[in-house]
Amino acid sequence: MDAALKDRIEGLVRDHKILLFVKGTKSFPQCGFSASVIEVFKRLDVPFDTVNILADADLRQGLKEFSDWPTFPQVYVNGEFVGGRDIVVAMYEKGELAPLVQKAVS
Amino acid sequence: MAEDPFLADVERRLRDAFVPEAFTLIDESHLHAGHAGSRGGARHLRVVMVSSRFSGQGLLARHRAVQRLLAEELRQKIHALALELRAPGE
Repeated sequence: MDAALKDRIEGLVRDHKILLFVKGTKSFPQCGFSASVIEVFKRLDVPFDTVNILADADLRQGLKEFSDWPTFPQVYVNGEFVGGRDIVVAMYEKGELAPLVQKAVS
Repeated sequence: MAEDPFLADVERRLRDAFVPEAFTLIDESHLHAGHAGSRGGARHLRVVMVSSRFSGQGLLARHRAVQRLLAEELRQKIHALALELRAPGE
C-alpha cells in the first residue's frame, strides 16, 4: 500500500477513539449493514465518528488491505480493528461491546 | 446442495474446508435488488456454520478464515457476506 495512504489511515484511527468506516453518513447510511453498526453505536450513547468510504475510492481500497477485511462497514475502537457488521452486532448483543467502548472513551 | 452452480461451488468449498456439523447458505440477493451493490449481479450471501474448527478461535479469526477462502469471489461476485460462525456448544 502507498505509504501516504497508510499514514492517513493510521492517523484517522489514532485520532478518533471510535471510528466507523461506512457507506454513506450517520444521517444517511447507504447500506443496511452500515446502518446497523451506526444504530448500535447510537444505542451505546457514546460519541463516535464515521467516514463515508463511498466518497473516497483510494481510502476504500486501502482499508481493505489495512484491515485485512474485504467488506464494509469496518469498526475501529482505540485504533484497533473490531470487525464488521456481524461481529459488532454479536458483541453488542452479548454485552461485550459496551465495556470495550466505555474503556476507549473514558 | 444448492442448484445454482455458483452457490454449489461456494458450498462445496466451505464444507471441504470447515467440515461443518450444521450448514446453511442463503442467497439474499433478492432482498437487495436495485440496491447499488447488486449491480452486475453481485450476490448477497448469508452463511451459518457450526464447526469444531472454530473452537478456541475469536470471531475475527473465524471471519477471516472464511473471507480468505472466498477472497476471489469477494472481489467481484459476492457483494455482501453475512456470517454466523459458531463452534459446537455455542
